Amino acid sequence: MQFPTTIPPKEQPSELPVPKLEIRNLTKVFGQGKQRITAVDDVSLSLAPNEFSCIVGPSGCGKSTLLSIAAGLSKATSGKILVDGAPVPGPGADRGMVFQNYTLFPWLSVAENVAFGLRLKGMAKAELNRRVAHYLDIVGLSGSAKAYPKALSGGMKQRVAIARALANDPEVLLMDEPFGALDSQTKEQLQSFFHDLWAKSHITVLMITHDVEEAIFLSQRVHIMDKTGQLHETITIDLPTHRELDMKLTREFLDYKRHIVHALR
Amino acid sequence: MAASQIPHSSDNRSPEDRPPEDRREPALDRRYLRPSVFWSIRQGFPGWLQVTLVAVSLAIPILIWASLSYGQFVDARFLPTPSAVIVRGFSMLLEGDLIVDIFASSARVIAGFSFAALVGIPVGLAMGTFYSMDSLLGGFVRTARYLPIAAFVPLIIIWAGIDEASKIIIIFLGIVFYNATMIADAVKFIPNETLNVAYTLGATRWDVVRRVILPATLPSILDTLRVNIAGAWNFLVLSELIAAENGLGFTIVRSQRYLQTDRAMFCILVICMIGLATDFAFKLLFRLWLPWADSKMS
Ligand SMILES: Nc1ncnc2c1ncn2[C@@H]1O[C@H](COP(=O)(O)OP(=O)(O)OP(=O)(O)O)[C@@H](O)[C@H]1O
Ligand SMILES: [Mg+2]
Repeated sequence: MQFPTTIPPKEQPSELPVPKLEIRNLTKVFGQGKQRITAVDDVSLSLAPNEFSCIVGPSGCGKSTLLSIAAGLSKATSGKILVDGAPVPGPGADRGMVFQNYTLFPWLSVAENVAFGLRLKGMAKAELNRRVAHYLDIVGLSGSAKAYPKALSGGMKQRVAIARALANDPEVLLMDEPFGALDSQTKEQLQSFFHDLWAKSHITVLMITHDVEEAIFLSQRVHIMDKTGQLHETITIDLPTHRELDMKLTREFLDYKRHIVHALR
Repeated sequence: MAASQIPHSSDNRSPEDRPPEDRREPALDRRYLRPSVFWSIRQGFPGWLQVTLVAVSLAIPILIWASLSYGQFVDARFLPTPSAVIVRGFSMLLEGDLIVDIFASSARVIAGFSFAALVGIPVGLAMGTFYSMDSLLGGFVRTARYLPIAAFVPLIIIWAGIDEASKIIIIFLGIVFYNATMIADAVKFIPNETLNVAYTLGATRWDVVRRVILPATLPSILDTLRVNIAGAWNFLVLSELIAAENGLGFTIVRSQRYLQTDRAMFCILVICMIGLATDFAFKLLFRLWLPWADSKMS
């Protein structure tokens, strides 16, 4: 077992060898002949338990493709996905996902959307209601619990989707540009929230973002993909574990930002 | 600082001082979509105009009918006047036979339509959901849709006799394949992400069928049934034209034999009214039962 590029983050003890999520030599090819596109080209990366990592890269470089294969939703051309060291054949509640597009169930109210996964598990009513209320409160949508998705704005829908994924308590959370449609205040609130959630819980997060600051702020490691669908570089973010939004203005932070922005050019 | 770089952004001059192109009427400016009430596409439509247009569309055929018949351009035996049809209708209602016909025909339609829904909905959902079911049933169902049911009527009567069963079978066969294909297509319009997100929340395939595909297609199922019940009435008349002792279609045939065009026309009007009523009932059901759906139906 080895980490593909850089050394694992230092808060991970070295005798913990089994990654929570491992993507091993993943390649995805779309189409045939002239239309053949290699969307993901031999990407290997792994997330230690309770690691928060981000993937950045130019539009169309294969980030969403990679994430949906990691979730088990589409088949890789070659390569493997392992959770806790065991290959997984398909999707499951262990890997929650927040999609790039809006994916609320239009026939369910906001609260029922958040409860969807809990219902499947057969959770008791009282516990279920408590959890739904808790996560709606976190994303600031308690007031819209009974509304149908068609009455929500784009950013509100995305926040419900985040609450729905979190309420299901996944071990690994995969997020595809979850804050893309949000205003900067809400976005920063949710960034702080995710940082706290990650610090308090055992959740492992792999997130795609176009926002370099967000990637540095939240991550232990940032994976940079390039236009060819390959993993260009992995940067270990050696900032203190506890982070405040003000940290975005510090020297070290800006050094990381400069490095990543240059790598993306 | 930005104002000096962006022209026209802070134009405080009076209209006469502005360059001539600024003085154009905004409505004539080709660069912008011109407002329109009559040709509005999904931008709202005033209620009064809707009522007026509906009234006009209904009034024109009635006016043509009235002028042809009252003006005696056509022999009254071929085209009775509207008032003659209404008067005849009332006497038919009073005689009581018409009520029996209405009940007999409606019962046949309800039976055939219900069987077609009972079979068509699950088959359509299965075809739309599973590749395997699409291959297994789809080829047959899509081909059967092009079978001319009218041509099968004599055969069906040979096989099933001339009583109720044959009529219900004709209605059933007439619409069941349409139900299935239209519902299968509706399932295919569910975005992949909607199914995928359910899997990542721990859903099994059965959960996805029951808790995602079925609720997601309910609006289309209702719409399909609403459209195809019109087909059911068509096939009812077809089945009654050939073999029946009562029913609206039967009465129409008998009226033809005695050249009672007024009776035939009133029966047609009755079918029309029943059709409108069921259409309205489906729309009401849609609005009450599926408040989450964006209804495109008027
Ligand atoms: N189903 C598909 N069929 C064919 N090509 C596809 C398919 N899905 C994605 N691609 C191609 O794969 C490449 C990667 O797409 P992907 O959606 O993963 O990009 P992305 O990195 O998520 O981009 P963005 O940041 O814009 O969301 C693109 O060139 C795209 O055209
Ligand atoms: Mg993407």
